[in-house]
Amino acid sequence: MSTLNRRGFIKGAMLGAMMAAGLVTGHAFAADYPTAKVNTTGLAVTDTTVKVGILHSATGTMAISETGSIQAEKLAIEQINAMGGILGRKIEVVQEDGASDWPTFAEKAKKLLEKDKVASVMGCWTSASRKAALPVFEKDNGLLFYPTFYEGLEQSKNVFYTGQEATQQILAGLDWIAKEKKAKTFYLIGSDYIWPRTSMKIARKHIEQHLGGKVVGEEYIALGDTQFGSVINKIKLKRPDVIYAAVVGGSNVAWFKQLNAAGLNSSKQTMLTISVTEDEVLGIGGENLAGFYSAMKYFQSQDNDANKKFVEAFKKRWGKDAVIGDVTQAAYLGPWLYKAAVERAGSFDVDKVQAALPGYEFKDAPEGPVTVEANHHLTTKLRIGQWGKDGQAKVVYTSGYIKPDPFPKGYQ
Amino acid sequence: MFGYSMADIGNIVVMQGFSGLSMFTVLLLMALGLAIIFGQMGVINMAHGEFMTIGAYTTVLLSKVAATYGFTNYYFIFAIAIAFLLAFAVGYFIEFIMIRHLYKRPLDTLLATWGLSLVMQQIFRSTFGAKEVSAELPEWMLGSFKPTPDIDIPINGVFVMVLAALVTFGVYMFMYKSRWGLRVRATVQNRTMAGAVGINTSKVDRVTFALGCGIAGIAGAAFTTIASTGPTTGTLYIVDSFMVVVFGGAASIVGTIASAFGIAQAQSILQFFMTSSMGKVSTLLVIVTILMMKPEGLFASKLRK
Repeated sequence: MSTLNRRGFIKGAMLGAMMAAGLVTGHAFAADYPTAKVNTTGLAVTDTTVKVGILHSATGTMAISETGSIQAEKLAIEQINAMGGILGRKIEVVQEDGASDWPTFAEKAKKLLEKDKVASVMGCWTSASRKAALPVFEKDNGLLFYPTFYEGLEQSKNVFYTGQEATQQILAGLDWIAKEKKAKTFYLIGSDYIWPRTSMKIARKHIEQHLGGKVVGEEYIALGDTQFGSVINKIKLKRPDVIYAAVVGGSNVAWFKQLNAAGLNSSKQTMLTISVTEDEVLGIGGENLAGFYSAMKYFQSQDNDANKKFVEAFKKRWGKDAVIGDVTQAAYLGPWLYKAAVERAGSFDVDKVQAALPGYEFKDAPEGPVTVEANHHLTTKLRIGQWGKDGQAKVVYTSGYIKPDPFPKGYQ
Repeated sequence: MFGYSMADIGNIVVMQGFSGLSMFTVLLLMALGLAIIFGQMGVINMAHGEFMTIGAYTTVLLSKVAATYGFTNYYFIFAIAIAFLLAFAVGYFIEFIMIRHLYKRPLDTLLATWGLSLVMQQIFRSTFGAKEVSAELPEWMLGSFKPTPDIDIPINGVFVMVLAALVTFGVYMFMYKSRWGLRVRATVQNRTMAGAVGINTSKVDRVTFALGCGIAGIAGAAFTTIASTGPTTGTLYIVDSFMVVVFGGAASIVGTIASAFGIAQAQSILQFFMTSSMGKVSTLLVIVTILMMKPEGLFASKLRK
């Protein structure tokens, strides 16, 4: 009996302490939101904690890209916890490794949702992993925050897409380069899988129908291919005004190194790429990229207060050499959007959280204010960055707000 | 012709010729180490790519050191030497603890070395991080050499070419002109007899394996000039390496050279006239067809069976 009493005492004391903390900082605290009320579907939400899953590849070939996302999500969660958590509950992270293997993502998603009963999941990176895990999220009515810019053509009530869909990234960028560089001829080149192919399809339609330009070549490189000699010669023969590139992974590094070695540097050739962020620059080397352009919604060099704070916190947490790419920033938004959604809903129940998030404007996002739309994508701006030798991009153009349009009419 | 001037076409022919040669030397450098291990010893080393990665990371690390101490201009020579020694040492050790127990079970070696490759990848990832890194290249290796204003010959391509020629020459001298090579060849041809005349065959095996790994290390160091360095870099090369060795005929170094040349030229030319993916597919189709007719590869070794 005495142990029970003592446990009761400790619980009471903790509750008291938490109430005090809540009063002092002015944040919501658990006592206002009894667990029985905010959690009616049996999620892993207690009086003091809420479980949130992180599902990325920490091993295998995709670890290159997904590590940044894991770091950003953990940072956001730590910051949220330091502020008192969500509805007075600290976030407890359950991390699973998708291991760069798509079926594994589905399996781990199932484990997170059915065994751990996590209230939401930050995760997936490639479209293939998202497509593999999506049926699980839809069946178990889970909640996924997906950070990567992707090809669009998808919308699920169980997913919030914090990166850009294809039209947001492509159209404004092409408009800019056509106007700025008076570009008429384009050479499209990408890795051979769904995202570059869908993106190039949209790009081609836009170039031919809206910009009055001409596509003089379209080329897809097998994933992992590192020999670009013949492709580069073809480009030299066609002399396009702009190379529009979406090459990924190890091929990306080889592509830029060989392009430069073949004499096609930025003083001779304009290139706009949609697949190079600060993360990729580490491998490519700033000297091989200097002068080329990337179209992204976020660059680490952005000069606004929210971003400065974010970059500082990120470096403090993950080392001064850490760099932040577009997707890393988008991954950072996930936990914050989830927190906002739960607070707006006053509940952890997935259906209520889903309904509460659209319409929310996240003012303090590092990239600048973003708004969640009814189609679960974000309204964002597009930025063009010009790379410097130091591996950082200078933002040379910022578009207006672009509404997400995952199923673009006339581009399919 | 097709709306291009003759000068244009001339330039492209020159650059395309170089691009084919450059691909040839890359393939050759990849495959040489494997040709020694697979060809001479019959060991299917799935971790070959990871030995290249050892060489690549060595170069990256040394480039950092060089940047600190200001010898960036010529660190690459050291990088290649150290890459060789390091990969050689690791290969020697792996042969000792793993491969030598599996000589009579070739299919198990395949599994074991594949496992080894996964282990090595994870070691790279834990040690150097998952992100790709790049070696800072010396100034003289960047950019291109211009015999005329419209022709660009990539300097890193020339560098890889020269290195491949040197390594091939070295391997040739070792295999055919040195006593070590004699012992290796004797062991390959008849292990029992070689042992009977006093050759320490297990030592020969160990050095041969380590040598193959060392050459992979050199290849890895050289490839930092043209491609990426990450924990899984090796997987980009392993398929091409095997393709070259098998197509050339496993036990023949001349076969490896001929096969690397054939594959590189075919692929380079086809990729110019078709799309990149189709060029690759067509090359593979031709290889498969030839291998169906000549399962031993281009240059089958004339061994008494």
